Amino acid sequence: MNLRSPIHLASATLALALATITPTVAADTPDPMAEAKAFRNYFVAKFPNVKPEDFVNGPYSMNKDMRRQWEEKEQFPPYEFSLDMGKEMFGKPFKNGKSYADCFPNQGIGIRQNYPSFDAKEGKVITLELALNRCREANGELPLSYVGDEMAALTAYMAFTSRGKPFDIKIPDDPRALEAYQNGKRYFYTRRGQLNFSCATCHVQNPGERMRAEILAPALGILNAMPIYRSEWGGMGTISRRLVTCNSQIRAVPLEPQADEYRDLEYYLSYVSNGLPISGPGSRP
Amino acid sequence: MASTIRVRAISSGEITEVQVLIQHPMDSGFVKDAKGEIIPPHFIQQLAFEYQGRNVFVADWGTAISKDPYVKFSFKGGNKGDDLKISWVDNKGETDTTTAKIQ
Amino acid sequence: MKMTGHTVRLSILSLALALVNATSAPAASSEADFNTAYAAAEAADKEAGRLHNQWTVTAEALADAKKAADIGDFDRAVTSAKEAEALAKASILQAASEKEAWKKLEIR
Repeated sequence: MNLRSPIHLASATLALALATITPTVAADTPDPMAEAKAFRNYFVAKFPNVKPEDFVNGPYSMNKDMRRQWEEKEQFPPYEFSLDMGKEMFGKPFKNGKSYADCFPNQGIGIRQNYPSFDAKEGKVITLELALNRCREANGELPLSYVGDEMAALTAYMAFTSRGKPFDIKIPDDPRALEAYQNGKRYFYTRRGQLNFSCATCHVQNPGERMRAEILAPALGILNAMPIYRSEWGGMGTISRRLVTCNSQIRAVPLEPQADEYRDLEYYLSYVSNGLPISGPGSRP
Repeated sequence: MASTIRVRAISSGEITEVQVLIQHPMDSGFVKDAKGEIIPPHFIQQLAFEYQGRNVFVADWGTAISKDPYVKFSFKGGNKGDDLKISWVDNKGETDTTTAKIQ
Repeated sequence: MKMTGHTVRLSILSLALALVNATSAPAASSEADFNTAYAAAEAADKEAGRLHNQWTVTAEALADAKKAADIGDFDRAVTSAKEAEALAKASILQAASEKEAWKKLEIR
């Protein structure tokens, strides 16, 4: 398809438009608590018939027929095999005799809802996936692929031990933490890719609507069910995997898994879902 | 080897409802791996449920069934405590069998 | 949530990008033409990469250009390279525009 002329036209149009932009700049200091409240209120107002804690079930909170099929499958969930593998992996000691339990508070059980967390020493956001690989490397093991089955199984088990616990993400009184939150928020609302979508385009403007054959999930509670067994993948997939594939689906070249932007995005999205229960591991179409 | 078959069979007196989740790659033979080579077909060809020596459900499967298939069906009869035998055979001749008690 | 001006500008962009426009083929291109066009496209895509805002279709167009050049079809190679450059430049404009535009989508 020859797109030269229209693209030149578009470029010229954009250039012209940029020259005449009068930006309405909002206050650059974010107020996470107020913003999280506004975020939650937006979805609750948009979907008055959805119980707030049900948003964590994504498309199933948006569509009755899909919910019925999901509830039936939950009696015999497709993620069982991955969950079992995750439990086994979690319990198996490293070559040096230590195990994952030694790297995390409470032996790593029932702590998923505290991730991502801001590490003051490093000045950066640490996600659960990142923490798991650092645990491995600190104990002489090779890191796992962030988009592979094993990391998915491991985080599935950890999510499972936290089922029902509300997201409890903290933003400490540290300008770097606030900046990470702001970066994540900016990433979420920024349009990207040839399709010119932002995360918000689908998950704020169009939850419950169809994108081809899929029902779009609301952004509120969207990470609570992670990792997810996706029928489309025929297996369990991590947050990293989903972010990367979301990017390529809108024709944006994905960043490396656990790139700063992705970590900050996870931080933001988890924080604004504080109070909503962990429902992972989830299953999705 | 751990069983690939997870089963739950519940009798309501007149009817027994059976749910089964089977761990199997169900490779169609049309998908390429990361190196660009075809992953050879590897799928269940027959799945059978036997109750009191009689097949109550038989499935002849092909490449269109997805990985880790889930089956749910009901049959007339079936008493609590009785055995239900489930077995499958795939195109490589591999097989697995399990017996569950109807609840 | 107000988005009018921004939406109009991007509607123009989307519309323009969606248009399929047959243009007349240029006079026979040489390998030198290809090299120039490809270098320009690559440079633009690299800049987009610096901004963490590359498009997958840009890479595809670049690959198509290289493939065509490899078999000596320099007309096609130049066309694809110029397409790639246009796509890369659009992705750079997108990044620049979104620097402020994102705030209009934010839930308040």
